[in-house]
Amino acid sequence: MTVSGKFRFISSDRRVREDRRFVVGKGNFAADIVPQGVKHVALVTCPHPAARIVSIDKTAALAMPGVRYVLEGAELAGATNVLATGLDTPNVPRYPLALNVARYAGEWVAAVVADSRALAEDAAEAVVIEYEPLPFVLDADEAYAGGTLVHEAHASNVLLDRTFTWGEVEKDFSASPHKLKHRVKWGRSSTVPIETFGVTASWDPWREILDIWASIQMPKYPDQTAMALKIPMSSVRVHYDVDVGGSYGVKRGIKHTVLVGYLSRRLGVPVRLIEDRLENMRGGDMHGPERNFDVEVAFDDQGIIRSMKMRALDNVGAYAGRSPFQLGKPVGAIVGPYKIKSVQYQAIAVVTNKTVQEAVRAFGQSPTNYAIERTIDEVAIRLGLDRIEIRRRNMIRHEEFPYLIPSGSTYDSGDYHTVIDKVLAQAGYGDLIAERDRLRAAGTLAGIGIAACLEPSGGNSSFEPLLNPKVGTTTWMDSCRISIDLVGSITATMHTTSAGQGHETLVGTVVGEVLEVDPDKVRVVRADSLNSLPSNSPVGSRMAIMLGGAAFHAAKALKDKLTAIAAHDLGVPAERIAYKDGNAFDTAAPDRKRTWAELVTIAHRHIHKLPAGMEPGLSVSHIMPVPMGGGLPTADGRVQMYPCYSFEFHLMLVAIDPDLGKPEIKRYVIGHDCGTVINPKIVRGMTMGGIAHGIGAALYEEFAYNDDGLLVAQNFMDYLLPSAHEVPPVEIVHHETPSPLTVFGQKGSGESGYLGAPAAIASAVNDAVRPLGIVVNSLPIKVARLGDMIAAARDKLR
Amino acid sequence: MKVELDINRERHTVDVEPRLSLLDCLRDKLLLTGAHAGCEHGVCGACTVLVDGAAVRSCLMFAVQADGVAITTIEGLSPGPGELSPLQDAFCETHGMQCGYCTPAMILAAHALLSKNTSPTREEIVDAISGNICRCTGYAQIVEAIALAAERIRGQNDPVRP
Amino acid sequence: MKPAAFEYSRPADIDEACALLAADDGARVIAGGQTLGPLMAMRLARPSRLIDIARIPGLAFVRDEGKEIVVGATTRQHVVENDPLVRAKLPLLAKVMPFVGHTATRARGTVGGSLVNGDPAAEIVLVAVTLGAILVWRDGGESQSIAASDFFLGPMVTALPLTACLAEARFPVWPEPRVGVGFHEINARQSDFAFVSAAAQIALDADGCCTRAAIGIGAATAVPLRLDAVADALKGQRFDEARVRELAKAALAGIEAMADLHASAEYRKRVAVTMAVRAIADAYQDAARRP
Repeated sequence: MTVSGKFRFISSDRRVREDRRFVVGKGNFAADIVPQGVKHVALVTCPHPAARIVSIDKTAALAMPGVRYVLEGAELAGATNVLATGLDTPNVPRYPLALNVARYAGEWVAAVVADSRALAEDAAEAVVIEYEPLPFVLDADEAYAGGTLVHEAHASNVLLDRTFTWGEVEKDFSASPHKLKHRVKWGRSSTVPIETFGVTASWDPWREILDIWASIQMPKYPDQTAMALKIPMSSVRVHYDVDVGGSYGVKRGIKHTVLVGYLSRRLGVPVRLIEDRLENMRGGDMHGPERNFDVEVAFDDQGIIRSMKMRALDNVGAYAGRSPFQLGKPVGAIVGPYKIKSVQYQAIAVVTNKTVQEAVRAFGQSPTNYAIERTIDEVAIRLGLDRIEIRRRNMIRHEEFPYLIPSGSTYDSGDYHTVIDKVLAQAGYGDLIAERDRLRAAGTLAGIGIAACLEPSGGNSSFEPLLNPKVGTTTWMDSCRISIDLVGSITATMHTTSAGQGHETLVGTVVGEVLEVDPDKVRVVRADSLNSLPSNSPVGSRMAIMLGGAAFHAAKALKDKLTAIAAHDLGVPAERIAYKDGNAFDTAAPDRKRTWAELVTIAHRHIHKLPAGMEPGLSVSHIMPVPMGGGLPTADGRVQMYPCYSFEFHLMLVAIDPDLGKPEIKRYVIGHDCGTVINPKIVRGMTMGGIAHGIGAALYEEFAYNDDGLLVAQNFMDYLLPSAHEVPPVEIVHHETPSPLTVFGQKGSGESGYLGAPAAIASAVNDAVRPLGIVVNSLPIKVARLGDMIAAARDKLR
Repeated sequence: MKVELDINRERHTVDVEPRLSLLDCLRDKLLLTGAHAGCEHGVCGACTVLVDGAAVRSCLMFAVQADGVAITTIEGLSPGPGELSPLQDAFCETHGMQCGYCTPAMILAAHALLSKNTSPTREEIVDAISGNICRCTGYAQIVEAIALAAERIRGQNDPVRP
Repeated sequence: MKPAAFEYSRPADIDEACALLAADDGARVIAGGQTLGPLMAMRLARPSRLIDIARIPGLAFVRDEGKEIVVGATTRQHVVENDPLVRAKLPLLAKVMPFVGHTATRARGTVGGSLVNGDPAAEIVLVAVTLGAILVWRDGGESQSIAASDFFLGPMVTALPLTACLAEARFPVWPEPRVGVGFHEINARQSDFAFVSAAAQIALDADGCCTRAAIGIGAATAVPLRLDAVADALKGQRFDEARVRELAKAALAGIEAMADLHASAEYRKRVAVTMAVRAIADAYQDAARRP
């Protein structure tokens, strides 16, 4: 069902209700919640990339002041179930604390519990662990080739190696006059929220309830916690009213939660683990994709790309977290916005002795989009075509939607060519080129960056059954409950945490729109996991679609009920009743009406006035499945991955001082189309934030390792997050192509900035250095590294 | 050690270990949880408070060093229960935040700027908040909030025209 | 990330601070704490005692002594940044101050702290070396002076005795009417430690010829370098970019540049030349603007 026409509150530039508590420092973050008597955990971590744990001597640590307990891996593994992983890899077990062997520098080996965090850190230094260092492997290609094994019992470093073929790939290749093959690399970076992960668990042995306050953004969190701790899920109460200080995917924290959950049960006191930045960077759920792409395309003289072969080799770190699935989501947009008829896609996940990779914004799609866009640029250059023209030629046209791509997803809607036109008009494309050429003439390296991207949204987790047939997941519902109390106030309940996406504002706006009441009058609260409806958390750009949809349907049901009550009380058919601003009247005799207060009173107190069989009260729950979901993948791996596809087009001008190698973004214009915008302030913020994150991934951020297998970028002096200096002003041009699949035409908007920016920056840098005969095919493009490349190229030209 | 602190114009005597940072003292001893730990090594700025009106990192100051100076935390900025300062209101108007974690520090850094300069250029605003990392917003709406607050503060100070 | 436990002392004067240092091998001085703080948080520094000199009377000042501007060790960086005397008489120091950390770290960090920390990438250290500042410390009731170029021995290593406490830095004032300065640094983000930095101060005669020059390179090598050969060669010369580049190249040809995660030794060595040329160009231009 799609509502069209003019909205009253949707799309209007309203304030974000969550902001009021944050600007006065009254957020409710995980570290702010301190139950009486809480004890603090500090972690003892492995200093080697791989080592056998020979012995752990806790004596000295236990004798220190304020120390309550020292937990090691054997005890924890004996008392808990192995942590859930997505893939079917039983010989790659993972526990919160290393068991016998530690597999990356920073892996947790023991946990110290003490009266304060400082005392716990003191004692952590006093835990004496004897290690026997083992051979290690860091590089994905080496790990894939075999040799050093990260998990001996698994007999291979390969967690996933699957090749999909969709369409007549070989035929299309042999029929094409041109082929191009290259390798591009995406460096290891992540979302790095300013709040680290934190969790407090408190076991009440009399009520048999484990209360949990955590900074999570994690589907299936209570379930996985209960299963690992071997307690019923009805004994786990996760408090969803904790504000999460940024996540963008990584705030998973299952291992943290199992650890403190176990300790709280073991010790009978509340226990908290608030990661410090070193724990967070080395061994938290923190790192993101690190991928080598080998891409080959076949195309004709006009630049029409007929077929693509892509091999993605992902270094997922030492264990199978959720990350191998990040090779699965890109299947849902494997051809980007282009009409490539056939695709071969080989997805490989290998383990290495690096920190475990977790979910990162866009769940693996941003690296893949970078690989696709870099390839499109290279095709244009090979044929001497304009890089925008080649995109126009290959892009799906507005009238071709809904459009089925070879890998089985149908794109819902889009108007890519119009968005591009708008961006070029805003930027003055001709002037931009002239400016680039003027800079070049003055001796600066200058380049224009171009990138398109799709943001698959409405997360359905279809990558689970795609990559692990044992998982039959075919939907990821989300829910909303709305009640109108007996004095007429409206309360809507959501069932998950938020990390800055403004979901309370979303729900208030939608409920206000449907019930025609001031959204600010709608109270929005969060259930805890024991009284909640199903939710799959705000992952996969899904909440505008899924929570917004659920709120819409629940509100609509309430409106229908109010209408039915009025019709019955007025003695007219329901079709004759019109609902306006909370009141209901007879369209045939507008003076005959029932006010909001009257309708509420009837529903709550005057059962005798209700239609026969109608449930009293005014409370409706709606559990919504993902649109277009419900199907398992076909044998050849075709599946509807996500329902909705937002589009963004990035255009920028970059100047590089040739002596220094430092890229500077001189102009940045994007076109953004996420369908109907529910809250313009939120959408703009998400877009800008995504771009800043993308600038980081492209130019600054890298979890670098040294040859000894140690993470060397482990604090904020070496892992460089963009500051306000590094993020230029960005002009955003809007376009709205509503989705036919959602209630207001809305699509997701949390990821596209991050999906497009790295590709656009890489495009610009390559345009700038191409006259020197060099190609930059790996991210991040760091200043000095680029400076050295430019210097070497200039020396050669001399 | 006993230390006398002047926080938001109120005096507090706290007993602290020398190693307790001002940040942890504010949060754990005084329950002023608006200052946040982001990196605890002086880079991210999430722990920013005002010391004698200047933005400083409370993770890089020990509580025992903080006697005799005037400390202002985010809790000291709102004029009254349920009320917002012009700067706080401007952050709400432009939605200069998302998750809210860096927000109190960002507002204090901006407050320090605007208390010296009510007509900052974009460059001056950017420089004033460049020591405060925000991972959500890309800074655009934060810069706008500060510019808007400056404009409003200037308006307040304009002489009333007859 | 909590520091290891320590004792805290707040001496009444600098000699008491020195006595406390002498009494405890593990003791360290703290003033602004902007470098020591992170090191302690990560337990890379674990002093047994912190001797807080920030409140010692008479250690925070900017004083005009005619031929020198004297800056007290505990003078906060933001005070120096905004000091009219520094702006008027130490233009090079004034020029670099906005590049020192961030606004929030300059509010606490001190000039003496930066000098004693001895980071080769620190801007204040570079200015001290470039201008030939004299550093004065107290040790056992005695004052001792040392030239900045002799003070810095290596990255974070200085000649300061373990029992001594820096008292002041004396920066020479150039009396010439036409003095110009230039400063350039390159880093990943604008406020990071530089990969390479260059500072130049040049005095011009009425014809635009150099009468005196001081040039320094920071961050490239273990301690900041003074390019005296370049400075000497500039005397009597107008600015000639090609010649300056040749001079800088020659002066930097033999340096042993440092390498780290962010920049290679080759990068530092190569870009040091660029930075030097740009700083010198700016200094000429700046001086030429003066009557």
